[in-house]
Amino acid sequence: MNGFDASIAGPWGAVIAIAGMAAVTYLCRIAGVVVMSRVRITPRIERGLRALPGSIIMATILPVIVDSGIAAVLAIGATIVTMVLARVDLVALAIGLGALSLLRALGL
Amino acid sequence: MSALRPHFSLAGLGLGARMALPAFPGFIMFALAFGTAAAQKGLSLGEAMGLSAFVYAGASQMVGLEIWQQVWSPATILTIVTVTAVVNARMILLGATLQPWLRHEPKARAALNLFLITEAGWIIGTRYQNEGGRDVGVLLGAGLTLYVVWFLSTLGGYFVGALVPEPRRFGLDLVMPIFFAVMLVPLWKGARPALPWLVAGLVALLVHAFVPGYLFIIAGALAGVAAGMLIE
Repeated sequence: MNGFDASIAGPWGAVIAIAGMAAVTYLCRIAGVVVMSRVRITPRIERGLRALPGSIIMATILPVIVDSGIAAVLAIGATIVTMVLARVDLVALAIGLGALSLLRALGL
Repeated sequence: MSALRPHFSLAGLGLGARMALPAFPGFIMFALAFGTAAAQKGLSLGEAMGLSAFVYAGASQMVGLEIWQQVWSPATILTIVTVTAVVNARMILLGATLQPWLRHEPKARAALNLFLITEAGWIIGTRYQNEGGRDVGVLLGAGLTLYVVWFLSTLGGYFVGALVPEPRRFGLDLVMPIFFAVMLVPLWKGARPALPWLVAGLVALLVHAFVPGYLFIIAGALAGVAAGMLIE
């Protein structure tokens, strides 16, 4: 292991990770302004970027939920149903967490 | 109060701060959820606050927690930075629509304004613009206010997550996916626009089953974008 790898594995790893995340995020924030003065964002690219938030959520949580078992699947279902009906974030979050702890207490 | 030319005023800062109020509950809840999840994942207080202070982009912070390592390597750093870039690529659209408004701003102030851009701040600024307002101070005032709310709520969430005994019993280990499920519902604009989400989910499941690591997040998100570009 060379010195660079060693410092990444040590306390500097988290600092470098946060710095890298911060740098690319800032690039994303300024890219629209910088790019707009040079090229046009086509409707096709815009459609793709509009699909991004929902796609990220699905891609992130679906594998986690499947790995976490049936209680997690049911709790997510309860969360979504509550959110559709009540439309209040906090209520849906509480029902989801409550359903999960209840189902686990029941041994699921 | 509104002028046709873009300008900047201190009164605008105050107006922006007030206009940010309706966004408080969402920000507080998201940051609380992030702080709690970060504590659950074993991040130090400094790491959790560093993410909220410097990255300041909730979705990517949450996704980042899934990938967070106790011991880092160049490969895992590259993964988390790439995932962050993919998650935050949607901000390119926000910046693009603000370009005409910020064009004549001093570089430093425009740079700060853009650092503070979030979906909520962008919506506030866009609504104000649609009503004829051109004071860039409003955008900055809303941005600064939401930043402070985000930072303080992360702090609160971290202590909740760190202090609750037996967090698994309260389901707190899965606060990230449950919170994301809550956020998915308002994004729903009908089955057709949600088709890319289905593609994203299926691709993520497949990649997750066959490829170790966190490639599934990138693969799924990019598959969703590709599907969105292909579906008229």
